[in-house]
Amino acid sequence: MAEMGLVDIHHSVVETEATNRGYERGLIELAERGTDIIVMDADLAGSSGTSGFRKRFPDRFLDIGLCEQDMIGTAAGLALAGKCVFVTTHGMLAAGKAWDIIRSTICYGSLNVNICGADAGLSAGGAGGSRQSLEDVAVMRTLPGMTVIVPTDAVEARKATVAAARTPGPVYIRFAAARVPIITTNITPFTIGQAGVYRQGDDASVLTNGVMLYEALKAARLLEDDGLGVRVINCHTIKPLDRAIVNRAAVETGALVTAEEGSTIGGLGGAVAEALAQSSRPTPIKIVGIEDRFGESGEHEQLLSHFGLKSRDIASAVREVLSRKRSLEGRDTEAARDRVQ
Amino acid sequence: MSPTPIELRDIAKVVRRDVLTMLLEAGSGHAGGSLSSVDILVALYWGVMRVRPDRPSWEERDRLVLSKAHAAPALYAALARRGYFDVKDLLTFRKIRTKLQGFPDMHKTPGIDASVGSPGQGLSIANGIAMAAKRDGRQYRIYCLMGDGEAHEGQVWEAGMTAAHHKLDNVCAVIDRNRMMGDGGTEDIVALSPLQDKWRTFNWHVVEIDGHNVEQLTAAFSEAASVKGQPTVVIARTVKGKGVPFMENKAEWHDRKLTEDLYEEAMKALA
Repeated sequence: MAEMGLVDIHHSVVETEATNRGYERGLIELAERGTDIIVMDADLAGSSGTSGFRKRFPDRFLDIGLCEQDMIGTAAGLALAGKCVFVTTHGMLAAGKAWDIIRSTICYGSLNVNICGADAGLSAGGAGGSRQSLEDVAVMRTLPGMTVIVPTDAVEARKATVAAARTPGPVYIRFAAARVPIITTNITPFTIGQAGVYRQGDDASVLTNGVMLYEALKAARLLEDDGLGVRVINCHTIKPLDRAIVNRAAVETGALVTAEEGSTIGGLGGAVAEALAQSSRPTPIKIVGIEDRFGESGEHEQLLSHFGLKSRDIASAVREVLSRKRSLEGRDTEAARDRVQ
Repeated sequence: MSPTPIELRDIAKVVRRDVLTMLLEAGSGHAGGSLSSVDILVALYWGVMRVRPDRPSWEERDRLVLSKAHAAPALYAALARRGYFDVKDLLTFRKIRTKLQGFPDMHKTPGIDASVGSPGQGLSIANGIAMAAKRDGRQYRIYCLMGDGEAHEGQVWEAGMTAAHHKLDNVCAVIDRNRMMGDGGTEDIVALSPLQDKWRTFNWHVVEIDGHNVEQLTAAFSEAASVKGQPTVVIARTVKGKGVPFMENKAEWHDRKLTEDLYEEAMKALA
């Protein structure tokens, strides 16, 4: 799809990069443009993507030590005094350990603090379940006024970082330490709150973000061989959810799969289900993700397979919702026949 | 001209009476920890802090973060008497659609410098403001009023390390050391003593004074302003429920409901 400026992942060699790196480039870009930015880290600069920024702009970098709660609180004070603040630590430490400070100080005060969960999802790989963050999106999403973004690749991560600086109120962005496929380019549109249709199709839709977007595009390709047209939508912003695109996908395709590198409880799948269950068009949905359990050690790629997050898993989820859609359509047809008789 | 100590004591009495009226009217709220804080707040807002009540968001103003957010009634009464808003508004405390929420909300109340509520979080906020002030070359000072029981929170000590490490001499923490918390005495629940030594080993300048003596309070704050390269903590020895004999040093008056009869008795004590 040339107009979206996407990489043709089916016919070219796909490059990979950690989205943490896109975060780093976004921060540097902001500082170069003269934004009054302060970047904070809690002793993870080596992996989180802030070490390059630290080298370029040491005066704008603050390592607070292993004090995640104090980091978020200090960020609140800096924001109150007019600074554009980015705080960085592992997703589970940012969204978990510092949750109450994010809630009671940042969100309650509607402060302009950008909270960056690095090494999130399963991307902490070998570190295993205690350090992987599968519930960060869910717990951040419940906070009033919080914007939640999961960029798909390093290119989009850079754009999300720059856009977050201009977004009023708190923003949570999740980044990955593992190398993930680059599928967007500098010209691919990105606006917070606006989902992107990356592949057209009318039989079913896959709503996804993060590394799962690549898997969803591959799944759509697999299903094309079966004669099925699958719409693939990049829902990089989980909150505010692009309800217009979600509703249109429900009305026009009648069967939805959500796919995310996180818990099936309360994340993108939860957001889509909440939106659709309260719409005029109830639609069969299948939520692909990690089901009510912690992660475990392994290579990122191995973990995606292990937890059923690959293109084949998305493809079978699409087949499942399609069969539910057909049985609903069958019921509708029977009901219509009964009414006529 | 700054008010005299006698004038400050008169103001403190008015603020204490306001606090009791607010709590009776609201039917809930924290009496003990509000009354113990009153002299500190009066010393700050009338004798120490550079503020302009007619311009609450004046950029050069000194700031106060009320980390012991349950003392909101005392802060609201002080702000109203200082001219930030109408004293009549105090009667709306904790009521539906009020600008005086149970715990301070900077978006609703003129003069509130930071929204707070969850214990142990104020000092980090004060540090962040102080860092920004230093970066921007601004001269204002940041006061953080903390409860003593609050020091059980780990974040307080994280923030204590941060302020000392970054030499935030524009931060002045004040601990309302009333030795009581919701469930009883601080030293019985989890001992905080020796509190001076704790802060000293965290590389803070420590001053301990009588937290109901406005002369000692103002002297402590001017000492804090003269200390360079180090944050200062003023440990203010106070009495929980100060000024109302039946409330003094009684843990149950942390948040007990005030009745009409008790209110009358309390107001007599503060006549």
